[in-house]
Amino acid sequence: MAPTVGLPRALLYYKYHAAWDAFFNHLGVETVTSENTSKKVLNIGLKASDSEICLPVKVFYGHALDLGEKCDYVFIPRIVQVEKGSFTCPKFLGLPDMIRAVDNPPEIISPTIDVRNGRHAIRDAALEVGRMFTDDEAKIVKAYKLAMKALRKHEKDLVKENIEKTPIEKLKSLIGGNEGNKEPVLRIGIAGHAYNIEDPYISLNLIQRLKDRGIEVVTPENVPMKKIKKAAKDAPKDLFWNYERDILGASYHWVKNKVVDGIIYVVAFPCGPDSTIQVFVEGYAKKEGPVPLMSIVIDEHSAEAGLVTRLEAFVDLLTESKLSAQGV
Amino acid sequence: MAKPSERVITIPRMGTLQLMLEDMFARLDVKYIMPPPSTAKTLEVGVRHSPEFSCLPLKVTLGNFIEAIEAGADTCLMAGGCGPCRFGYYAQVQKEITKDLGYDVDWIVLEPPKKGFISFLRTFKKMAPHRSIRYIWRQVLISFEKARHYDSIEKRLLHNRAYELEVGASEKAYTEAIDILRPAVSKEEIAELAEVALKHMDESVAMDKTKDVLKVGIVGEFFMLLEPVVNFDIEKWLGERGVMVDRAVYTTDWIAPSLANQVGGLSKEEVSKYADKYLSHTVGGDGQQTIAHTVLYVEEGFDGIVHLMPFTCMPETIAKSILPKVSKDLDIPLLTLVVDEQTGKAGFITRLEAMLDMMWARRAAKAGHDDWIPAGAGTH
Ligand code: SF4
Ligand code: SF4
Repeated sequence: MAPTVGLPRALLYYKYHAAWDAFFNHLGVETVTSENTSKKVLNIGLKASDSEICLPVKVFYGHALDLGEKCDYVFIPRIVQVEKGSFTCPKFLGLPDMIRAVDNPPEIISPTIDVRNGRHAIRDAALEVGRMFTDDEAKIVKAYKLAMKALRKHEKDLVKENIEKTPIEKLKSLIGGNEGNKEPVLRIGIAGHAYNIEDPYISLNLIQRLKDRGIEVVTPENVPMKKIKKAAKDAPKDLFWNYERDILGASYHWVKNKVVDGIIYVVAFPCGPDSTIQVFVEGYAKKEGPVPLMSIVIDEHSAEAGLVTRLEAFVDLLTESKLSAQGV
Repeated sequence: MAKPSERVITIPRMGTLQLMLEDMFARLDVKYIMPPPSTAKTLEVGVRHSPEFSCLPLKVTLGNFIEAIEAGADTCLMAGGCGPCRFGYYAQVQKEITKDLGYDVDWIVLEPPKKGFISFLRTFKKMAPHRSIRYIWRQVLISFEKARHYDSIEKRLLHNRAYELEVGASEKAYTEAIDILRPAVSKEEIAELAEVALKHMDESVAMDKTKDVLKVGIVGEFFMLLEPVVNFDIEKWLGERGVMVDRAVYTTDWIAPSLANQVGGLSKEEVSKYADKYLSHTVGGDGQQTIAHTVLYVEEGFDGIVHLMPFTCMPETIAKSILPKVSKDLDIPLLTLVVDEQTGKAGFITRLEAMLDMMWARRAAKAGHDDWIPAGAGTH
């Protein structure tokens, strides 16, 4: 039987899975992606991880250890810098070592992704991984190219170029569900890491809840990179965190160009980068908007009831201020 | 805001940093006000105005700045950073907060030299606008050298305290030794008086060097290690109970981690040599150092490790996730103490006492007695 590689459906999987799938596929390596986060997965994570670690990393432990039981290898790259000069979170720098420190750790594939390691840093990392499965270097390089292509396509598909150009009233017909209703259509920007806001279990289904109410939701990944980078220049200091730069840039962009009615900042407890960036985003939303902003802190004890109440209140607030702005 | 030449500068408090900067400011004719020593009130002020989930060092140093501004300082000098940990944004966050509080002060942020050596030097010139960069740099280097000696004297205190016959005698000698070195100006004077000061530490205190002492290494996040107000001065507590304490980092090691003559720190190569088996990449802050120092202390025959970290500290949480394995593999008692603004000293002391008992029991077991206790029993 061919060897299997497990891909934990957590953390940076949400950003890079298109590339990982394409890469292993072309090499003929079978991949197993872990199931959606569930109580079971979380419990495995809670048991194996340190109590002080942030929620998504606890969840990651759950996915990785669960896969360890089912696959030959678990794929946990050490993602250090994907853009020169800006880091990911410290947790991603230590992730493979953290998983290795548990009792009975799975066998881990952990290439280092650090663009400071030369012009071909990522290709070299791909070669290192590929050689575990084949001697055909040309095939690995091809797999790497396909992976990058898949990633770029995935990222492009997520971008919604024309968000700001869509007159908010026209949205009604686009998203439906609001016909005949006097309430204005709302658009809310969700600031936060993809692995938190896109994971329904971690985020208590936040995005779907909003959509069910006929609210349009946008996330940082919908904002074109050019606009993110431009808006991020307003930050009090050049951001040395890549993913947080994206969150901050997207939020600044939403505020500056008044393209959302409100922002919900989703922070996992205890997240170092977000707790820092949050200060800047909140200040900016207040001074440059003002755009109403609500922060939601999530941990393993977060309860649905609390979230629902706060969401209701926030949506009511946005609705009212929109109505009064429209002179209703 | 003040004219550049009339600035009154202040800095956050951290271990012996005051000593170094007092010396440097005097050399450069810079007016300054040191914040009053950190107290519970400093912490309270800092906590009240900080984002809830920021780490403790940010909160305490914000408290320092506010107290110093209230006392008349108009320019805050703060270190910067370029990742991956959030320390690099402290200054910006604190600036936003003080601005929101209505304080009209200037901020000088000292970014690390690797971000550009010239701009690093220019930052100093902001403090002493009428001096040449060359002159400033020379004085900074001399001040730094002096600070290395301050740190060595402190290290001697941590080692000697365990052997003193009269409680408090080493501490008194330490204060005197600092006063001996303080007036030194030239390089020659510094070298000469540092030697006198160290000798004073050894000779003015009655010690029983034959005493059986435990050896404990303290590792963790640098601010927690260097600032007694947040670590409840556990070094003193341990020392007075006959424990020889060694600390992973001293002020100057933190300021210049890669230079020679480290007092307690390790070079990059050494960190890698000792830590790689467990954590093979830097994780920002002092996370990898924590692992390296732990391994090294075991090699040096220490009896136990105390790991100090602020609540929510990212690099140390990573270290904390890995340390149980290190402790198990190397059979060394290890106690992680996580501090936040609600932490009380009493809880720490109970756990330290339990650890002391265990370390003595292990000593006895090694010497052939039978009350053996497994390593890891004190790990939390
Ligand atoms: S960015 Fe925050 S949530 Fe993500 S891994 Fe780091 S600390 Fe955890
Ligand atoms: S190392 Fe820890 S205490 Fe220091 S800035 Fe980072 S998270 Fe905060």
